[in-house]
Amino acid sequence: MLLMAVLTAALLILPAFADTYILSVAILILYFAYLGQAWNVMMGFCGQLSLGHSLYVGVGAYVSAALFVHFGIQPWLGVWAAVLACMAAGAAIGVLAFRFGIGGVYFALLTIAFAEFTRIGFDHLRWVGGSGGFFLHVAQREFNDVLALRGSPAMFYYVMLVATVAAFVFCAWLLHTRIGYYWQAIREDPEAAQALGINTFRYKMLAIVISSGMSAFGGVFFAFYYNNLFPEQIFSMSRSIEIILGPIIGGIGTLFGPILGAAVLTVLAEGITELMAAFGWEIPGVKQVFYGACLLAVIVFVPRGIWPALARCLGLESRGKGPRDG
Amino acid sequence: MLEVCDLDLYYGDAQALDRVSLKVDDGSIVAIVGANGAGKSSLIRAIAGIEKPRSGQICFRGQDITGWESYRTCDLGIGQVAEGRQIFPSLTVQENLETGAMLHRARASRRRILTDVFTMFPPLAERRSQLAGTMSGGEQQMLAIGRCLMGRPEMIMFDEPSLGLAPTVVHEVFRAIRELNEKGMTILLVEQNVAVSLKLASQAYVLENGKIVMEGRGETLLTDDGIRRSYLGL
Repeated sequence: MLLMAVLTAALLILPAFADTYILSVAILILYFAYLGQAWNVMMGFCGQLSLGHSLYVGVGAYVSAALFVHFGIQPWLGVWAAVLACMAAGAAIGVLAFRFGIGGVYFALLTIAFAEFTRIGFDHLRWVGGSGGFFLHVAQREFNDVLALRGSPAMFYYVMLVATVAAFVFCAWLLHTRIGYYWQAIREDPEAAQALGINTFRYKMLAIVISSGMSAFGGVFFAFYYNNLFPEQIFSMSRSIEIILGPIIGGIGTLFGPILGAAVLTVLAEGITELMAAFGWEIPGVKQVFYGACLLAVIVFVPRGIWPALARCLGLESRGKGPRDG
Repeated sequence: MLEVCDLDLYYGDAQALDRVSLKVDDGSIVAIVGANGAGKSSLIRAIAGIEKPRSGQICFRGQDITGWESYRTCDLGIGQVAEGRQIFPSLTVQENLETGAMLHRARASRRRILTDVFTMFPPLAERRSQLAGTMSGGEQQMLAIGRCLMGRPEMIMFDEPSLGLAPTVVHEVFRAIRELNEKGMTILLVEQNVAVSLKLASQAYVLENGKIVMEGRGETLLTDDGIRRSYLGL
């Protein structure tokens, strides 16, 4: 309880003390924690492995950015369009996959395929800059404008903090509704779930639509925080992998896992980058090798992720148990 | 209660059920016996709506339910205890039971049924917050039956309830099935354990290569020479 209070206070006052670099790392952590939470809805709760979540982030980013640049529509409005577009994309993939009984590895391949051809599509979409990139005007502002997503890094930090907390609360609530029970039943044993009278198609659709809708906000945030979008970057497979590493390392299917995983990974990855800079080394791909090593370590030592192990040490019952080992 | 007429089921080109007809009366225990691969599980899955038959008709309480999705047949009162138990291993016992009680027909009386299930299977009450995957095979079978009961079924289909269980536990499971029947539950039982299921059943069907080759009262079939030779090794 005390720990939680201290942590909350620290999170709230962080921007007052942190320099720009620390703040940017904190924003990155929250960003990946949020997206990890969204991905976790599909995989952790419902057992549907998506390896193409960059699709929803990218579509969300491009929709809101295009509305802003071409029509001057502010992001607080654009975000709804982005969410709807991503839900539609998720629903389309879901109908295709779940109607025809595509599951497991084949479903994962399908999600990669969709992300890839969306990337290629955007590469050739001149209206939003094609492969040359799409840029948002950055205007110097004296005041933070949350609705326009224009302001200081501290404002972006608080926006992402609120989003991450909201996603956490939303997921915690979902897990305790009928939907959450049904998702877990489908994850554990799809056949048994069906035999129990669960409309597995409907609940799998619900998972993909909710997850993609949540991811859309991550994309909107990305667009207005970085102000530049390249299909090559935002839709790439490695983006999807970055999203899912957090929850896998933190603990699939748990509520704290995505947050903890994002924090651990981002801090360590930044640390390595710093270390390399300090020694003046420049080895391309070292981050990816590091991610691989982290994944290996987790699989070997704590197969259910860091959070369940940590929760046991702290004597906490982890709410929303993940799938069992193996 | 349940009437199946001329049911044909195919997996691709392979025929699993060949003009199968059977009748399950209200409050009875009907057994379907047969060797491995005779089509017993396919029949249950077709009735439950998990497999779609190519032709034929399935009626439950006079309503044609042929081709219905399984979530609709369950809500109509057809419960199923699937082969191999299929409990949810990383949910607790209580959570497993609750997933069974979320059908429209059961939601309101959830608490009462939970008490009933705990009374019927006391070990489940003791272990309500244990992860289901850490229980013994017999306890998992009890949980699977309990979870099915949570949906307030009017008829339960059991698929190989004794599979992979120790003999004493098998006895327990059959005792539970008889007890349910005495309380008025209609039961469709598919079993490889021919001797026990024929003894239990009021009416029985013998399935061979997807066809019903014999039917009659359980005790009558039990004394049939053909049955004794093929299934009881006598």
